[in-house]
Amino acid sequence: MGKLETRGEKSFRIFALVLLSILTLIAILPFILIIISSFTDESTLVSNGYSYFPAKWSLDSYRYMMQQAKVIFRSYGVSILVTTVGTAMSLLLTTSLAYPMSRSDFKYRNVLAFLVFFTMLFSGGIVPSYIMWTRIFHINDTIWALIIPNYLMNAFNVLLVRNYFKNNIPDAIIESAQIDGAGEGRILFRIMLPLAVPVSVTVGLFSGLAYWNDWINALYYIESPKLYGIQNLLIRMMNNIQFLSSGQNAGLLGNSIIALPSNGIRMALAVIGIMPILIIFPFLQKYLIKGVVIGAVKG
Amino acid sequence: MTKSSKKRTRNKNLALFAMAAPGLLYLLINNYIPMFGIFIAFKQIDYAKGIFGSDWCGFDNFKFLFQTKDAWIMVRNTVLYNLTFILLGTIFAVFIAILMSEITKYFCSKLFQAGLILPNLVSMVIVAYLVYAFLNPETGLVNNAILGALGKDPVNWYTTPGYWPVILVLVQMWKSAGYSSIVYIASISGIDKGLYEAARLDGAGKLQQVFKITLPQLKPTIIMMVLMSLGRLFSSDFGLFYQVPMNSGALFDVTQTIDTYVYRGLMTYGNIGMSSAAGLFQSVIGFALVMVANAIVRKKEAENALF
Repeated sequence: MGKLETRGEKSFRIFALVLLSILTLIAILPFILIIISSFTDESTLVSNGYSYFPAKWSLDSYRYMMQQAKVIFRSYGVSILVTTVGTAMSLLLTTSLAYPMSRSDFKYRNVLAFLVFFTMLFSGGIVPSYIMWTRIFHINDTIWALIIPNYLMNAFNVLLVRNYFKNNIPDAIIESAQIDGAGEGRILFRIMLPLAVPVSVTVGLFSGLAYWNDWINALYYIESPKLYGIQNLLIRMMNNIQFLSSGQNAGLLGNSIIALPSNGIRMALAVIGIMPILIIFPFLQKYLIKGVVIGAVKG
Repeated sequence: MTKSSKKRTRNKNLALFAMAAPGLLYLLINNYIPMFGIFIAFKQIDYAKGIFGSDWCGFDNFKFLFQTKDAWIMVRNTVLYNLTFILLGTIFAVFIAILMSEITKYFCSKLFQAGLILPNLVSMVIVAYLVYAFLNPETGLVNNAILGALGKDPVNWYTTPGYWPVILVLVQMWKSAGYSSIVYIASISGIDKGLYEAARLDGAGKLQQVFKITLPQLKPTIIMMVLMSLGRLFSSDFGLFYQVPMNSGALFDVTQTIDTYVYRGLMTYGNIGMSSAAGLFQSVIGFALVMVANAIVRKKEAENALF
């Protein structure tokens, strides 16, 4: 730090450190509560409630989950499949639309830019979309309902990638490739996509998070629990307990595929639901931050 | 231009257009067809007659919608929650950013930032679980550990509307403050260090530097972010208002927003007319607000305008 620090500056720095420690703690404490709860003995949960200092620890929630492994693995599999396929398709669509838009010698670039941008300003709303997907394309109750509506491509990401191409890749690279006789497709796949790796990680992260966290598409388009991803399984587990504990609705759940989940199991499932984010995010933190900053500066 | 070079240009444009075509097709289907579908709001939809065969009913759907008490409640909730989120969210985000910029040299700043961003990376379903762990009447932490220890009666949180405006604001701040601070941190790191040096030489204390340099320098960013969120004044996070209160009917007075109303109208009550009218109302007002917000930004700071 080199420079002399006044006492005021030093105490401000310490104030910042202390306050940020507290704020960070507030941000992560709820997660710690569900993690601890998932390792708490069920009877302790029933008598004392969720607690940071459980009287008795237990692995029963996770053991029980292994017995229900079929249902849980299935929905985990759905989530993984939807997230990977969706993100891959999304990256391909986004970059292949963004690249031509970035080319200053492309005749229709402004028309495309307007078409992309306008979707950020106006939307037809959910009712026409719902009717279109279910009555015209009939994708309800198929895996495509989880992948295609809303998340496959969005204007924000397209503009992010277009700006990246525009600002970071000199025209000279394209020109020299053209002189060497490379076709447009070859330029895209052999030159531009490899150069776009950093922005692709950012866009892939946004898109992957959107798919992993999505439950709304399934809420609208999926009836069969077979196609529930982890988020919708979580919703179902929550509703089942609510139904059962409120008594008079219990009869409605005759064909429930999941046995009554206990308090601990629910939290264990939630822990499993956030696990991939906890594991992957630290590696991708800087890409996310970069994306947010660039996106805010120029959408 | 020679004939062959003209042909080459045409081929190039064609090839580039072909590349864009799949993405364009997706936009056409996912975004543009529904835009033309807004006519549904002006129809008395009868599936027996089909969407196109259903009778036109002019503005009847809107008339019915705005005669109900629901219309006032959902608009009021959407707007008031948004205004609160914008005001408190900006204050929190700027505050966190100022603190963060103070400690960028420390390794722990990366950890703090990761921790503060984490709530924004999980789904509203998970958030609903976290809130439930605190507020569940039987096993929740608040009723057991806090109210129990104070000797107070347990509260049935999910059926008592009075608490929810506070709960929802707290949840939203918890989820978004760290994430929103990212932009401000970047903006602070762009402030000319010389300004601070000069202020120090003049004997300005740290707080004075914050109020006389950091905040004024952040003003354009703050204004831009606020205006952009004002453009979304009539939109709400469906998950926050639907999933977090567990879709509890007793709370509708304080949790119903335009988005939850549209969902319930369409999926629960099968009232397509009212639902699509509310949706179109939201889209049109949203569009108008974005245009106004952008016009203001452009007047103030042309390079920050969206378009």
